[in-house]
Parts: sequence; C-alpha cells; structure tokens
Amino acid sequence: MNKIIFAEFIGPDTKMFRIDAPLIAAKQKPGQFIILRVSPEGERIPLTIADSDTKEGSITIIAQGIGKTTKELNNLNAGDYIQDLVGPLGKPSHIENFGTAVSIGGGVGTAIAYSTAKGLKHAGNKVISIIGGRSKEYVILEKEMRDIADEVIITTDDGSYGKKGFVTDSLKEIIDSGEKVDFVLAIGPIPMMKAVADVTRPYGIKTVVSLNPIMVDGTGMCGGCRAVVDDKTVFVCVDGPEFDAHKVDFRLLTQRNRIYNDQEKESVENHNCRMLKMADEVANG
Amino acid sequence: MAEITQAQRMKIQRHPMPEQDPKVRARNFKEVNFGYDEKTAIEEANRCIQCPKPNCVKGCPVNVKIPTFIQAIADGAFRDAAQILKQDNALPAVCGRVCPQEVQCEKVCILAKKGKPVAIGNLERFAADWERENIGVHPPHVGKKTGKKVAIVGGGPAGLSCAGDLISMGHDVTVFEALHTIGGVLMYGIPEFRLPKDIVQKEVESLMEAGVVFKPNMVIGLSTTIDELLQEYNAVFVGVGAGLPYFLNIPGENLNGVYSSNEYLTRVNLMKAYTFPSADTPIYDVAEKNVAVFGGGNTAMDAVRTSLRLGAKKAMIMYRRTEEEMPARKEEIHHAKEEGVEFNTLLAPLEFKGDERGKLNAVVLQKCELGEPDASGRRRPVPIDGAIVEIPIDVAVVAIGNGSNPIVSRTTPDLEVNKWGNIIVDETTMKTNKKGVFAGGDIVSGGATVILAMGAGRTAAKSIDEYLKSE
Ligand SMILES: Cc1cc2nc3c(=O)[nH]c(=O)nc-3n(C[C@H](O)[C@H](O)[C@H](O)COP(=O)(O)OP(=O)(O)OC[C@H]3O[C@@H](n4cnc5c(N)ncnc54)[C@H](O)[C@@H]3O)c2cc1C
Ligand SMILES: Cc1cc2nc3c(=O)[nH]c(=O)nc-3n(C[C@H](O)[C@H](O)[C@H](O)COP(=O)(O)OP(=O)(O)OC[C@H]3O[C@@H](n4cnc5c(N)ncnc54)[C@H](O)[C@@H]3O)c2cc1C
Ligand code: SF4
Ligand code: SF4
Ligand code: FES
Repeated sequence: MNKIIFAEFIGPDTKMFRIDAPLIAAKQKPGQFIILRVSPEGERIPLTIADSDTKEGSITIIAQGIGKTTKELNNLNAGDYIQDLVGPLGKPSHIENFGTAVSIGGGVGTAIAYSTAKGLKHAGNKVISIIGGRSKEYVILEKEMRDIADEVIITTDDGSYGKKGFVTDSLKEIIDSGEKVDFVLAIGPIPMMKAVADVTRPYGIKTVVSLNPIMVDGTGMCGGCRAVVDDKTVFVCVDGPEFDAHKVDFRLLTQRNRIYNDQEKESVENHNCRMLKMADEVANG
Repeated sequence: MAEITQAQRMKIQRHPMPEQDPKVRARNFKEVNFGYDEKTAIEEANRCIQCPKPNCVKGCPVNVKIPTFIQAIADGAFRDAAQILKQDNALPAVCGRVCPQEVQCEKVCILAKKGKPVAIGNLERFAADWERENIGVHPPHVGKKTGKKVAIVGGGPAGLSCAGDLISMGHDVTVFEALHTIGGVLMYGIPEFRLPKDIVQKEVESLMEAGVVFKPNMVIGLSTTIDELLQEYNAVFVGVGAGLPYFLNIPGENLNGVYSSNEYLTRVNLMKAYTFPSADTPIYDVAEKNVAVFGGGNTAMDAVRTSLRLGAKKAMIMYRRTEEEMPARKEEIHHAKEEGVEFNTLLAPLEFKGDERGKLNAVVLQKCELGEPDASGRRRPVPIDGAIVEIPIDVAVVAIGNGSNPIVSRTTPDLEVNKWGNIIVDETTMKTNKKGVFAGGDIVSGGATVILAMGAGRTAAKSIDEYLKSE
C-alpha cells in the first residue's frame, strides 16, 4: 500500500498525485512507468512517472479519468492509499544532446512527455515544448514546462487559448521557419502521434513516440502489450514504451486498444449503477 | 483395524477420485476433484504392500517416503502422514493435485505392473488437506537464528520451498515477487478448478507465520538489482520461472482475440476476469464462441477447460502431433474430454484471419501425418501436401511453451546464461557463476514441473546454508 501525499485536479478529469514510493523515486528515469491497482478487485493499469522527488521519497503521476480504473483513482485524495504500486517499469528514454528537441504533448500526453523533456534539457538540448489541448482547460503543465523549456507553444483545437489549431501545425511552422529540428518527442492520442510522424518523416527528423497498449503484468510475461514496430512484434512493457515513430504500426495499436471496448462500457455502467445505488442509500438511509 | 492379509490387500481395487459431474463442472470454476474421505483413504492406503525396496520412492523427484506416509494413513494417523510428507515436500497439497504421478511415483509402483498402482497422489493430497482442514497448516519449525540474510527472487514453488527450508535453518529470509500476489504459476497459471487458490495462500501464510518476509510488487532488475541485493543480503536465490510466452510467428497473430496462454490464464486466474464486471479486469467475450487452443501440455488443457467455463460454445485443442505425444497429465486430457473439449490432432496452424475491425474469425491449418522420430524421440509431424483446412474461430490461445524472461539477465550481465537465457548452475549445488547467487526452477531447467522446481529450491537451500556457514 502506498500513501497519497498530495492530489489535485489540474484539468477536466485530469488529476495529479504525489505518492509515497521512495524506492521507485530513487530508481526512476525519464520515460519509465508504474503499474498500479486501486483496489483488491482492481485492474492493473500503467501510468507514466511524470516526476519524482527523492527528498520526499515520492513520485508524481497524472491520470486522465477515461474508464473505470482511472475514474476510481481520480476519486482518491491525499491521505488515501493505493493498493499496489510496482515500478519503475519499461526502458528509460534514450536521452542525449541532439541539438534542438521539440517535445509535443497532446492532452494527458504532456504529463508523459514532461520528464523526458526535462531530461533532454539537462542533457543540453534546446527544448521547444508544444502543449496541445482540445480547449483552454485541457492545457496542462504549462508552468512546469515553462520552467524547463526554452520556448513553450500552446495550441487549442478551438482557439480558446494559445494558437488555434493542432500541434502538428505548430511543428510545421517551426520546421518551415528554418529552425533546425534534430529530435521530436510526441506523446498523446494515437492519431496525434501518427500525424506528427507523418510530418517529420519527409524531413528525416528522428521522432520518438511513447506507446500505450493495454497491459497486464508489465514485465514481459503475458504478451498482451504487443505492438508491431519495423515489421517485428515487440512487447511494449519491456522493449519500450518509446519507439521510432516512423516504424510503428499505428493502425494495429488502435485496433488492439479497442479489444475490450464492449466490456469496458459494461464496467463503467456497472460502476455508475453502484454509485447511484449508494447515492440512493445515502438519500433514503 | 484388524490386520489384513497380503492376499486381501491385492484384492482391493484402486479407489477412483470422486469428482464433480463433467456436465456441471464444465461450467463452473469450483475444484473438479473432491478428494478422498477418511474411510476411502484408509482403504486405498491398505493397497500398498509396503515394499521393502520401494520403487515408488525412486520415482519421486524429491524421494518422498511414500510407504511410510501411506502406512500412517492406513493406521489413521493422518497428522503423522502430513508431517512425514513435509520432510521431503514443502507443498504436498499442491503436488498431490498437480504432479504428473503417472510418469513419476505411480509409474514405478509395483502394483502398476498389474495396471493399478497405489493412488499415491490422491493419498498425498488427502493427508495434506486433512492437516489443513483439521489442525491448520503447520508453519515450518524455525531454527536458532544465525543472523544471516537471504533474498529470494520469485515467489513460485522454487522460491517458496527454498524460503521454507532456509527459515528452518535459522536464516532471515525475504521473498521478492514481481506480481501483487505470491505463488507464481500456482496463482496466475493453474486454474482454480484444478488448484484452489486458498490452498496456495494458506501455504504462503504459514511461511509468513514462520517469519519469512514477503515483498510483492518488486521486479528485481528494475525495482532493485541482484547486485544491490547482494549488498544487503548474504546470498540470493533466483527462482523467476519461465515467464516469456512463445508465439507461433504466423500471420495474423496480433489480431484481437489471439492470446498467449499466459495472458489468457492470468486475466482469468490472477485478475479474476471470470467474475467481470465485479472484478475490473476484462477478458474477451468467449460466451457462445468458438475457441481454439494450440498446444498439448498442461497449459493448453487449462486454457481450453477455462474456455468452457467462460461459456464457449466449442472449445478445441489443436495439436501438431497425436494424443500419444501430448505432454499434459493424463488426468487433464481425460477430464478435458469428459467435459466436452474437442481434440484435433496432426494440425499445424499457418495463419490467423480476421474481419475488417481486426477481430479474429478463422484459422488456416496444415494437416500433417507422423514421420520419423525427431531429437526428442517423438515422431515428427510432416505436412501432407495440399491438405489445408480453414476453421472458423473467435478466440485463439497459443500454449506452446515459455522461454526465460530476460529482465534479470539483462540487468545482471555477469550472470551466466545459456543461449535460451536459462541461468547456468552446478546441478548438485544450484550455484551460479556469480558469488553468493544460486538459482533453480524453471529459469534453470526451462518449463518443467512444480515438484522439480521445489526440489531445486530445496537443494539450493542446503547449499546456501553451507555457503553461509563457510562465509
Ligand atoms: C506505458 C503507458 C503509460 C501511460 N501513462 C499514462 C499517464 O501518465 N496518464 C494517463 O492518464 N494515462 C496513461 N496511460 C494510459 C492508461 O493506462 C489508460 O488510460 C488506463 O489503463 C485506462 O484504464 P481505465 O480502466 O480507466 O479505462 P478502461 O475502461 O480500461 O478504458 C477506457 C477506454 O480507454 C481505452 N484504453 C484502455 N486501455 C488503454 C490504454 N492503455 N491506453 C489508451 N487507451 C486505453 C479503451 O479502449 C477504452 O475505450 C498510459 C499507458 C501506458 C501503456
Ligand atoms: C498453465 C500451467 C499449468 C501447469 N500445470 C502443471 C501441472 O499440472 N503439474 C506440474 O507439475 N507443473 C505444471 N506446470 C509447470 C509448473 O507450474 C512450473 O514448472 C513451476 O511453477 C515452476 O516454478 P518456479 O518457481 O520455477 O517458477 P514460477 O512458478 O514461474 O514462479 C516464478 C515467480 O517469479 C516471479 N518473477 C519473475 N521475474 C521476476 C523478477 N524479475 N523479480 C521478481 N519476481 C519475478 C514471477 O512473477 C513468478 O511469481 C504448469 C505451468 C503452467 C504455466
Ligand atoms: S511429490 Fe509428486 S512424485 Fe513425489 S510422491 Fe508426491 S505425487 Fe508422487
Ligand atoms: S511401490 Fe507401490 S506398493 Fe510398493 S511401497 Fe510404493 S506405493 Fe506401496
Ligand atoms: S504487459 Fe504483459 S508482456 Fe507487457
């Protein structure tokens, strides 16, 4: 059991947690993740370690409530406990001084990109951060990114904050402005990552994405997280999660992430039912 | 009980294991076998003629004192029987259920010549169950503390038996386990209907009572490394199992609906997907669907029988060779057939096909015939020219074995492994090339059996003890 030290919503359905986990904090490197279970009957879900504080012995994770487990997690607060927490898992990001690096985060992907962007800065890169969101409320970690990046660009789909448009528009602008981009890190929804890969491919810019398949153990034991990169099957939890964006089979990733769609809907409905019932009981009790 | 004569003994028939009706059990997850009652156990024990030079003991990989524990059962001294078993076998309730007795102890029992060996496995299970149900699992005796500390990596049968022996030798023992539950394959692989999870957890609890410390959620190699453990512990035992699923490497293997047996069984057993949505982890909807399981071992039988219990319309085994070559326990094959599993042999998969949404809907298979024996002495399946069939299926489970998980070896580069990634040890001491590091179980032997893994854990405990004394 790991204690939540701090918890706060930083965007719609998006919550930041600092969790007591000194061993993981001491070991963690950018790009790695943990797997947690919220309750004894809970599912094991992967979340990126956005940051760590070795003094406090804590790690930071940021979760977007999209299904049963992430919503349950986002109901927890400081003082509550996480049932199980294991990590750090996966290979750390490959970080070196590339020159100019553009870090692109879409939605909660900004949280996943943050620690790698920070690592890139430490390694001496000029870091340009593009933060994308559907609208103003979905733009997260702006302050944190401003603290580490040389430049921060914000885009929203509806233009309610920053530039109107997609992250790829801003990326193209940077490239077209003559800035020599040596490295791109893109993390967010699968269509966004694919779009970024398509933009950088003709320029031959090294581009890395972090894949988010459904996982169980996170140790290479089940093969459920398999993806195809460079026409070869990989286990994302041990061989990744970061891969060369130009070689990833995004269609397959999308398809495999839909495996349980019908069942997940049932799970959330069931959860909502239980909540309604509980509310009823409280009201009538 | 009055003395019975040898002639009378020879007349007693082997007692079948009472079990759930096949039609009923094929749709529930409760244990298939009920176990003997006291009267049946005594009668079965009376069949043993107490050979002065018992073959059975030699047939058991850990040399359980079989005639002695059976005599105790015949005398009604059930508690003694359990104690005798535990001198050689840390988990008799488990081995009585899952050992391949027909190729070990029972194969060489003198009565096997007449076709019906003493039901050693059933009696072993009886004694262990009796102890657990009537007086509780006895924690191992704890020896005088030596002040030495040992780290065990992996909470499967190899690690647990090593931990049990080391704590009785007086050492401090900590078990590090990657998953959130202790037990290894006994928890995530072998299904509830064959090995109730409560039984495994009772054994783990008894080790806890004896003072073994368990640290779940620790992936050694990532959470901390073997070298770091060596700074804090006097010795390390590595029993991480064979946890890397093999796939068939054929087209369509990444379609939705194609699983490794590890994932399929883990979702159902460890994560309790069969109670979904009450437990949160889902499994592909198998109800009223056609499921094909590729393989012929225990894992394949577990997966195919699990499919029936999840409501499959048709649950099929697809095997390259014939039933004779299947490595599964005979009882599992027999049970699977009784429950309605369809056995298809001499078929090798060529390709999985799917619909436009990426859902599996068929498998293309090559028909084979048996040719010359291969290196393993089994006759090799040879494709029959042009004999190709396509069968509609919705779920496929690939159960063709496991390789060794690379996390430990990758992060401990000076630990010697062979080309398959198995850790190399001196087989009499379980010592690796690295000072203070021992290893055993599936990570050394490749996928084997529970009893062999436990035997290895036990041998390692003995040599760790010697090592700590000489240190
Ligand atoms: C290495 C890795 C790092 C991740 N880091 C973060 C992070 O830092 N913050 C964060 O909010 N999320 C992160 N994710 C995604 C997160 O794990 C999923 O959102 C979570 O598992 C969903 O669980 P659920 O029960 O809430 O939703 P479910 O009910 O399981 O799913 C709801 C919907 O999401 C889809 N889905 C299921 N699993 C995933 C998945 N793994 N990725 C994307 N969509 C999925 C389903 O198809 C379904 O439509 C990461 C995933 C991986 C593999
Ligand atoms: C489905 C199935 C059915 C089977 N049926 C039978 C049967 O009927 N009879 C029989 O005798 N045998 C059977 N076997 C084989 C038997 O279960 C194994 O041979 C036995 O469990 C091996 O024991 P072990 O301790 O070496 O490894 P495991 O049982 O595999 O345990 C290893 C443990 O180490 C953990 N681990 C792995 N890596 C790390 C790490 N880096 N850090 C920390 N922990 C780690 C794993 O999570 C696991 O808990 C079956 C196997 C399977 C898969
Ligand atoms: S441990 Fe296995 S092989 Fe040995 S006596 Fe018991 S059932 Fe037989
Ligand atoms: S070989 Fe058979 S009959 Fe002889 S002692 Fe062993 S179990 Fe009894
Ligand atoms: S999550 Fe099981 S192998 Fe990656």
